[in-house]
Amino acid sequence: MSDVTPFVVLSGILFTIGCVGVLTRRNAIVVFMCVELMLNASNLALVAFAKQHGNLDGQIAAFFVMVVAAAEVVIGLAIIMTIFRTRRSASVDDASLLKY
Amino acid sequence: MDFTKPTIEYGDIWPLILVFAVACAGVIVEAFLPRERRFLVQTVLTGGGLVAALVGTVLVWRGLAEHGDGAARGAIDVEGTLVVDGPAVFLWGVILVCALAGVLLFAERRIEGGVSAFAGQAAALPGTEAERQASTRGLEHTEVYPLLMFAVFGMLLFPTANDLLTLFVALEVLSLPLYLLCGLARRRRLLSQEAALKYFLLGAFSSGFFIYGAALMYGFAGSMEFANINEAVRNDLGNQTLLLIGVGMLSVGLLFKVGAAPFHNWTPDVYQGAPTPVTAFMAAGTKIAAFGAILRLFYVALGADRWSWQPMLWVVAILTMLVGAVLAIVQTDMKRMLAYSSVAHTGFLLTGVLGVQQASELSDGEITSTQAVLFYLVTYAFSIIGAFAVVTLVRDSSGEASAFTRWRGLGRRSPLVAGLFAFFLLSMAGIPLTAGFVGKWAVFTVALAAGAWPVVLAAIVCSIIAVFFYVRVIVLMFFVDAGPEQGEVASVTRPSVLTSLTIAVGLAATLVLGVVPGPVLTLADHAGQFLR
Repeated sequence: MSDVTPFVVLSGILFTIGCVGVLTRRNAIVVFMCVELMLNASNLALVAFAKQHGNLDGQIAAFFVMVVAAAEVVIGLAIIMTIFRTRRSASVDDASLLKY
Repeated sequence: MDFTKPTIEYGDIWPLILVFAVACAGVIVEAFLPRERRFLVQTVLTGGGLVAALVGTVLVWRGLAEHGDGAARGAIDVEGTLVVDGPAVFLWGVILVCALAGVLLFAERRIEGGVSAFAGQAAALPGTEAERQASTRGLEHTEVYPLLMFAVFGMLLFPTANDLLTLFVALEVLSLPLYLLCGLARRRRLLSQEAALKYFLLGAFSSGFFIYGAALMYGFAGSMEFANINEAVRNDLGNQTLLLIGVGMLSVGLLFKVGAAPFHNWTPDVYQGAPTPVTAFMAAGTKIAAFGAILRLFYVALGADRWSWQPMLWVVAILTMLVGAVLAIVQTDMKRMLAYSSVAHTGFLLTGVLGVQQASELSDGEITSTQAVLFYLVTYAFSIIGAFAVVTLVRDSSGEASAFTRWRGLGRRSPLVAGLFAFFLLSMAGIPLTAGFVGKWAVFTVALAAGAWPVVLAAIVCSIIAVFFYVRVIVLMFFVDAGPEQGEVASVTRPSVLTSLTIAVGLAATLVLGVVPGPVLTLADHAGQFLR
């Protein structure tokens, strides 16, 4: 068993960067990129833990997460594109018709 | 390294496979059939597939084998990734019935004057020549039926998943089609697209939390399977910090899906912006599937760790009920008010989740929390679908009229429809002789038996607050004059048999479950416990 702590810490840092990015950025595309960063941080954690536990579950899970992330991109970009074409803006602040 | 062929128990999971196959067939129909024939083929295919899957669910239910001491029935299938047990199959049935109601509402064309409630051409910009052309040519997106089926597949998979990875995949399979469906409204397209964007970004954000939580749980237990996680929790193996953070993050993902406070903010926006048939289907289906998953995750995988997650759920449940009930009071839009009321219902359901899990801890005749939550989900599903179906009928010149001011005096103009809506509202408020009362009574009892009296107290207070805003709508419909000086009022459009059937089924179920809840409670009892 090898020490995987540095990788887990790195994944935690990446996840936090992604998380802060989602909460602070205004452009929908950038927000979405930050979500992808969170998913990839999870991948790193999964692979690191797979190494620690010496089984393949985590590595296989990482593949599934990649596939899901790809599917999410397809849906997400479609939705963001429609919004952009209608409003000429991809800012999440402009989408504010629905509130309270 | 040897490769061993996995065993897949097709006999147990064929309703799921059937739903998925029908969804794929729907995509092929879209690709190869001429436009004018797609509507009929898609509706028949989807409806037929759902009915066949429902029949399959009944067959699987009857064939569930006794397991161990007889408290649970079913089997763990597909190399431990799926578990087909009583509660899972019970939820399949409820989800499939909701999906059938959803298809009926999706296929309604009479209300809009010959077209469905979905955008003629989603790619055409609102207010352009292209959109007008699509509208005059009577185009409609029949892709919504395969999308619905994919979402149903995800919903069926969600309470059935027996490891964190399958749970994550099911979460995404159910969410992704719903994001798209939300953005496809024919009228008020800006609102609809905005709802889709908000739902998508927040949903993706929460699923990021979910998968990171799953990774940490895997780091803790060395396996993603619920049984192994339970084993690791019980024997106190692994790093407790990983476990605690993991539980927290998994909860964020799941509580977001059910719309519990403080993760409820998407609910009103999405419910209001989405096409109403989609809202009806989503409000019922997502909640049922996600509560199935919450129950299984917390009871099976984390049952031994309940002292660390129960305080969190206490707080979330109380907060959810308060937020839902209090914010519903200040709403002026019918769909938004129903959305906040569904947030409050999430709180009541969480109250049930806090109840006593083991039948052995109870005296004879008392129900366990699994049963109470299953029963509540049934009552909630029928009344919320019925209520949203009624909302699709109330219209003015610009389409659906969901603003309160338009509903003034509706009871004088259309007593039947207003009466039906009032009945669904009374059921959601939990008035005796409606299904909602029995559901509330069930979840409150199990929570009380587990000693969660502060939560039950908060729940009772919130029920009283809730009665206020439901009754206010009834007063608005029946006792307020629709004077011409206060602007336009809405009237009721005559629906085709599809919507009428949905409303009738919702009404019958709400009434029957309120007067004779016995059979369904017995059925929920027969579902037994989760298979570990």
